[in-house]
Amino acid sequence: MTTPVLEVKDLVKHYHVRGRGQAVRAVDGVSLSIGQGEVLGLVGESGSGKSTIGKCVLRLTEPTAGSVHLSGRDITHLSRRALRPLRRDVHMVFQDPYSSLNPRFTVGQIVAEPLRRHGVARGAQVDERVREMLERVGLGAEMRGRRPHELSGGQRQRVGLARALVLEPKLVVADEPVSALDVSVQASVLNLVADLQRDMGFSCLFITHDLSVVEFLADRIAVMYLGQIVETGPTKKIFAEPQHPYTQALLSAAPEPDPARQRERRRVVLAGEVPSPLDPPSGCRFHTRCPVAVDTCRTEEPALIGVRDEERPVACHLVTATEVPDITGRD
Amino acid sequence: MSLLEITGLKVGFDTEDGEVQAVRDISLTLERGEILALCGESGCGKSVTAMSIPRLLPPDTTRLSGSIRLDGRELTELPERELRAIRGKDVSVVFQEPMTSLNPSFTVGFQIAEVLRRHENLSRSAARTRAIELLELVGIPAPARRVKEYPHQLSGGMRQRVMIAIAVACSPRVLIADEPTTALDVTIQAGVLDVFRDLRDRLGTAIILITHDLGVVADIADRAVVMYAGRAVEEAPVTELYARPRHPYTAGLMRALPSAAVTLEDGRRRLSEIPGLVPPPYADPEECAFHPRCPRAQDDCTTRRPALDTYGTGHLAACFHPLSAAAPATGGGS
Repeated sequence: MTTPVLEVKDLVKHYHVRGRGQAVRAVDGVSLSIGQGEVLGLVGESGSGKSTIGKCVLRLTEPTAGSVHLSGRDITHLSRRALRPLRRDVHMVFQDPYSSLNPRFTVGQIVAEPLRRHGVARGAQVDERVREMLERVGLGAEMRGRRPHELSGGQRQRVGLARALVLEPKLVVADEPVSALDVSVQASVLNLVADLQRDMGFSCLFITHDLSVVEFLADRIAVMYLGQIVETGPTKKIFAEPQHPYTQALLSAAPEPDPARQRERRRVVLAGEVPSPLDPPSGCRFHTRCPVAVDTCRTEEPALIGVRDEERPVACHLVTATEVPDITGRD
Repeated sequence: MSLLEITGLKVGFDTEDGEVQAVRDISLTLERGEILALCGESGCGKSVTAMSIPRLLPPDTTRLSGSIRLDGRELTELPERELRAIRGKDVSVVFQEPMTSLNPSFTVGFQIAEVLRRHENLSRSAARTRAIELLELVGIPAPARRVKEYPHQLSGGMRQRVMIAIAVACSPRVLIADEPTTALDVTIQAGVLDVFRDLRDRLGTAIILITHDLGVVADIADRAVVMYAGRAVEEAPVTELYARPRHPYTAGLMRALPSAAVTLEDGRRRLSEIPGLVPPPYADPEECAFHPRCPRAQDDCTTRRPALDTYGTGHLAACFHPLSAAAPATGGGS
């Protein structure tokens, strides 16, 4: 087996709250890996810890425990200086194309910046690579001299993509890159990401709350709840048969854009609120809202294991070789 | 007579770069107990149209013309003082961001009671009792305890429920909800949409729902108006709209959704795009505003603007070359 491009093992990130002696357990024991040219969709609601994982992978924040390997190399404790050359291989696309582009730079300068920073091209070569990259993301030569404020949201996100991809990285971490865009613009950016990914072959950690977006783009998905992965596996299999009660709730809550079908569906409205990551529930973290929880769920933490299918581990006591819980009542 | 009738509404704003035309010309009606969705993408004028009703627009720079009648009473000519008696009582608003719309220094109970004391002249204790009832109505558990809490102590979904409780405190006839679930997680959204449905069913509140989310429209609205560049391009009961969209823009929006992706011969998954950009808001073109982006556009689209035409009961579309009724539905499935 080839070495995964990204391997995260038992990652923990706790943020200490000043004066309270408590910690926000943003990420609490997450393992995942992404193979070459693979897109992993990391899905979860606000506060699930999905963005924190992205930041730990890029070392934009320091993990509390666990490890991050890039192409087999442990980067968890590398110094800033030692990390610098590796930054060529991992790039990030942010959600907000307004605040993630320097307003004083032209589009050409923004896209050229990584090339200069890593000294991989100079002079005319820089111009050539920038022109090529802008063309790839569908921006004409006339865009080079413009500044971010002169661009539409979709154009800005294309600049963000060009900047992330100009060094031909092995891994791209994309954190909600289309969430701020309108549907028609979102469609063209998603098509672009899919095409670029296929042509350039980079691996991608795609972080989003939008299930329909991961269904379109991701090869595999990992569903997070309160700092942990509750279910992971090939996208098609999970959408066809979600096994964890939380995944089922998430899929059933997303309204379908078809009135006849949407009104026929039985939706599950989860009781209660997402508990505080300062003091997560004992046992299974989802038990306080799970409609099918039993006593074991309150006391014992379920392991993320592939009882039924090795390809798709689920962290639920009720998923056994013979049974899968069903909270939606679809038969 | 409809509960609300908007006729020929135009709204512009003076800016340094000239007048921005947010709403170019729109007419619509709202019936009692109806949930009407105003949908379209950023800048189409959906929020400005709705905020014109309680006139929640900057007074110095807004140019508004046309007619807005609530129960036959013309609102556009009312002086500010009389309009104030209508806001929060006959017409109320739920905004997208509950954290910035609630006052952080007062308890939620105080903020609900404030509306009641202002419009209904309730005593302090009567208002408090009613506030607890309202929190219960919008599905907040342990309302007697929650009423004493401050906004920061509540989750996003709970804050939005508090906003709804304030908005319905005086049993408004029209409730305007501006992207009420956009900032919420999907499992929380389902619960908040249920609150709106419940209010309509129990109190008969008419609701104008402003949203860009076609899934939300499919879930809750009775009828929808699709706006583009400050005008309605299509209007229909929702089942009809999704099954037989006539305007190429409506059909394009539905096809652009990730859930409508198609698989190409080479195995690539593909979304249908709407090329180009919305026209700038400074001019009011004489032609169809959508024609530069429209796959069905022909010569006549570039010279004249199509008016709304009828296609069956309650179904209107403004297009010279509409899709046929036989066109396959594109909303769901892939």
